[in-house]
Amino acid sequence: MRENSGGANGAPRETLVTLKGAGVNRGGRWLVRGVDFTVGRGEIVTLIGPNGSGKSTSAKMAIGVLKPDEGQVERLAGLKVGYVPQKLTIDWTLPLTVRRLMTLTGPLPEREIIEALEATGIRHMEKAEVQTLSGGEFQRALMARAIARKPDLLVLDEPVQGVDFSGEIALYDLIRQIRDGSGCGILLISHDLHVVMAETDTVICLNGHVCCRGTPHAVSASAEYLRLFGPSAARALAVYSHDHDHVHLPDGRVQHSDGSITAHCHPEDGHHHPHDHDHDHDHDHDHGHTSAGEGRHA
Amino acid sequence: MLDDFFVRALIAGIGVALIAGPLGSFIVWRRMAYFGDTMAHSALLGVAISLLMDLDLTLSVFAVAAIVSLFLILLQRWRALSADALLGILSHSTLALGLVLVAFMYWVRVDLTAYLFGDILAVTRGDIALIWGGGVLAMAVLAWVWRPLLASTVNHELAEAEGLNPDRARLVLMLLMALVIAIAMKVIGILLITSLLIIPAATARRYATTPEAMAVYAALIGAVAVTGGLFGSMRYDTPSGPSIVVAALILFLASLLPLPFARGRKGERS
Repeated sequence: MRENSGGANGAPRETLVTLKGAGVNRGGRWLVRGVDFTVGRGEIVTLIGPNGSGKSTSAKMAIGVLKPDEGQVERLAGLKVGYVPQKLTIDWTLPLTVRRLMTLTGPLPEREIIEALEATGIRHMEKAEVQTLSGGEFQRALMARAIARKPDLLVLDEPVQGVDFSGEIALYDLIRQIRDGSGCGILLISHDLHVVMAETDTVICLNGHVCCRGTPHAVSASAEYLRLFGPSAARALAVYSHDHDHVHLPDGRVQHSDGSITAHCHPEDGHHHPHDHDHDHDHDHDHGHTSAGEGRHA
Repeated sequence: MLDDFFVRALIAGIGVALIAGPLGSFIVWRRMAYFGDTMAHSALLGVAISLLMDLDLTLSVFAVAAIVSLFLILLQRWRALSADALLGILSHSTLALGLVLVAFMYWVRVDLTAYLFGDILAVTRGDIALIWGGGVLAMAVLAWVWRPLLASTVNHELAEAEGLNPDRARLVLMLLMALVIAIAMKVIGILLITSLLIIPAATARRYATTPEAMAVYAALIGAVAVTGGLFGSMRYDTPSGPSIVVAALILFLASLLPLPFARGRKGERS
């Protein structure tokens, strides 16, 4: 219901993929069961959950790599998917430059390759072999490849793994820009239970089944979330707002862009309410759910 | 010096090398060296069956190698044994079965070394037609599945998610390997086929910056190895198949000299 409740401008979104009671059984054991969610155009859906909770399995059902053993998965006819898989390693024996990686699954016009490389900030690495890239650069290259195809649905399986903290922030910014720029639907799998992009329209919390869902703030307050992730999560889901000055760590401290860490962001803010902060710059659109505080950060 | 049989040997050997390069690149990228070896060893079983049932040699070698590769894919899904152990079992048991079967056939006198190590100097015009015909066919099919095969080499699910058919591409790769083993057997021999697939590709890695360039370089390096090996074989009166492999090895070692194999900073896994 909630996940399909209208786009940024209030207009109904075109639904790209729908999972209805979908489950995958392997050797008599359900990897995941009863998964319901939809991803619409322009929507960001984030799957969170512990290891083995069925996040990747659910995403693979959504893109058709895995067939559900029960339930249904419906995809828009001719849906074009851009996929950034988890833990991709490319053998050293395969000579593959960033440039060649771009056209891995299909030919692309030159202009779109360059646009995607520029959008992800790796244009200067066009001729580099992918094996020589750092974790963050490689994720950017994979993302550039996926967005250059102009997909309807972009699926990112743990895109910030192996990326340092500032790189993680930059990648979340990039994901937001991709959504804002192209209007594609984004299905994001997060390895981090505690940090979710503020722009996420729906957070789906999995643990073999959907245990709770809603906006980032609703999920962070839900009893199921707290029960699933234990007392350490009681300090709440840190919602990463795309705030270039600082980001809130799961333990309530604040990391600034210069790398320094302070206990508080604003003296008056309780560290257990990290989502009460405002963004430090305006959007040209309103997400409806982002909590808007009164003050602005200096 | 260039007697007729020698020219035929050169043409046949270069034909095999040209298709072995691109195909061998995939074997290197997908870490299928042992898989290729297993398929090649099963070729002797194909030889035995062809003699036993009076079937066409190339056809039965192709059929047996293809069946063994499909069987391997099925067995790997069973998961009771590691792929490595399964390959070891199939590789040597098919070779042994072939040897035993041939030994049972007291009514045929066969020169096994010709099959095991190749008999390139006895290549006929018919063999050349078969090698070049099969090679051109294999090259065309490989070009057709190139994109899905390369994409699934990078990541199977990525290829599938983005609308390609990696399972079909893998099946085609298996059949192409069976075909190349069947046509290359006479030139290089069952025991050495894999080396002509792998060594030129490994040598080409150092000079290539794209997968396509590596495939082309591997084909050319293989052709140079065949030429060098055959001249060496003539000059020193050594068996042709092993001479070609030694020539390929020399090229590989030479490629290591000026710079390390992997130009990057990370550990190399050759």
